[in-house]
Amino acid sequence: MNGSDGLRRRVAIVGIGSTTFGEHWDKGLRDLALEASLKAVEEAGIKGKEIESFYVGNMSGGMFLGQEHVAALVADFLGLKPAPAVRVEAACASGGVALRQGYISVASGLYDLVAVGGVEKMTDVQGSLAATALAGAMDTEWEAYFGATFPGIYAMMAHRYMHNYGLSREALAEVAVKNHFHGSFNPQAHFKNRITVDDVIGSPLVADPLRVYDCCPMSDGAACLLLAPLEEARKYTDTPIIVEACSQASDSLSLFDRGDICTLEATREAAGQAFSQAKISPREVDVLEVHDCFTIAELLALEDLGFCRKGEAASLYKEGQTYFGGRLPVNTDGGLKAGGHAVGATGIKQAIELVKQLRGDAGGRQVKGAEIGLAHNVGGSGATAVVTILRRGG
Amino acid sequence: MAMLGVASHWRRYRELYTLKGSRCAKCGQAFFPVRRICPNCRREGRIEPLPFSGRGSIYTYTVIRTPPEGFEDYIPYVVALVQLEEGPLVTSQVVDCAPSDVFIGMPVETCFRKIRAQNREGIIIYGFKFRPRDSQVKQQ
Repeated sequence: MNGSDGLRRRVAIVGIGSTTFGEHWDKGLRDLALEASLKAVEEAGIKGKEIESFYVGNMSGGMFLGQEHVAALVADFLGLKPAPAVRVEAACASGGVALRQGYISVASGLYDLVAVGGVEKMTDVQGSLAATALAGAMDTEWEAYFGATFPGIYAMMAHRYMHNYGLSREALAEVAVKNHFHGSFNPQAHFKNRITVDDVIGSPLVADPLRVYDCCPMSDGAACLLLAPLEEARKYTDTPIIVEACSQASDSLSLFDRGDICTLEATREAAGQAFSQAKISPREVDVLEVHDCFTIAELLALEDLGFCRKGEAASLYKEGQTYFGGRLPVNTDGGLKAGGHAVGATGIKQAIELVKQLRGDAGGRQVKGAEIGLAHNVGGSGATAVVTILRRGG
Repeated sequence: MAMLGVASHWRRYRELYTLKGSRCAKCGQAFFPVRRICPNCRREGRIEPLPFSGRGSIYTYTVIRTPPEGFEDYIPYVVALVQLEEGPLVTSQVVDCAPSDVFIGMPVETCFRKIRAQNREGIIIYGFKFRPRDSQVKQQ
């Protein structure tokens, strides 16, 4: 069962909009959401009232701002009421799961025009409180309780991976170097500076073996997509991007309950479903957005998505293969590492980068002739994974 | 992590103080923390209590340098996944040795320790941590 048999209609992305990811001291949650969604609405040439339903990924308005009930709040300030507004929470995969909810609601025939967004305002609280909020993505009773942090959980994966597969510290650093290089071509990236392997290895330790430059930043940001049935997509755009699949799977919140801590089973499961539904193989993917909250996560993703065998992802970083001019361009917008990680918005931001690439609108970081893109969004240390496959419309 | 009331700690004290888990008598898999439904056998499983020996070895670990709220006084400290003799992995701290002495495969055993205090007025939380298994021998 791949979950798609009951879906009747093909779905297309017909409008995109996003803010810069970074520290937006002058903008609140509703300002960010408005900026992103207005861009999407403008691009699709609609007024906004045509939007029938709204799904928004937001991990922790409550912890970051003391604000719950975010969906209706944002819908109100976007001028979308009385359309139903739903907040979707799946930690760092909130955006990806929101996209999937919107996709299902259009594919099923329930709605003909849906907005899916993501927004997170993270920099109004101190870093330690924000870290506490993020720690809620893992098992608070049996992981965070003992002083484990979110970087600490990924650090334990990295350590075991190095032990199992002989990954070197330098090879791990190559992920961050590549993503910062890509970020330097993205005007909306949180970090646009290029770094070296020595910069990564010389940066302060956060949780051994992970250092500051192995970790993505906490960003403010918002992103928004408009979804419509493919047969109506030309009403809104000359370049519809088809959602060929949007699959999701779950695993234990706790790292200790996994069979193999160097494999994200939820990613494998979601990827298997997505490739099956899209009727393509990994070889046919032209551009990838994967969830690189930490450098090790990008390597695990490439393996678990099926782009190489377990333990071999670092070999893809030789000769620039994962750079935008290479054989398998990964995170052309800088990923979470340099592009930024506004938690609830990240899954949407990833899809937007693919849309730009597939339309041929990615500017200096364009992957030539890209037709098929894959986005991979993870919640926590792998309890939720969403894999989305997009194709350029004919 | 969030400051929670006394009951949230009290209701877990058997697991936190003495590492009591559970096991499915049908398939034999051991669980920590306690599971009341066997994910393998579902309704056909038979869950029974299982007190763990407390012995195991380090499966992987990290040294926390940037602490979460409430752990500022303890850095740097070691957080590990310990593989218990009975099979499950558990997350806790490794104490009674320098972070640089810890290695994957290191034999460890549980010890009862303070986990953290919730500021000056709040309750003090206790639970299991792990220490090198030969530490008793060394001290003698």
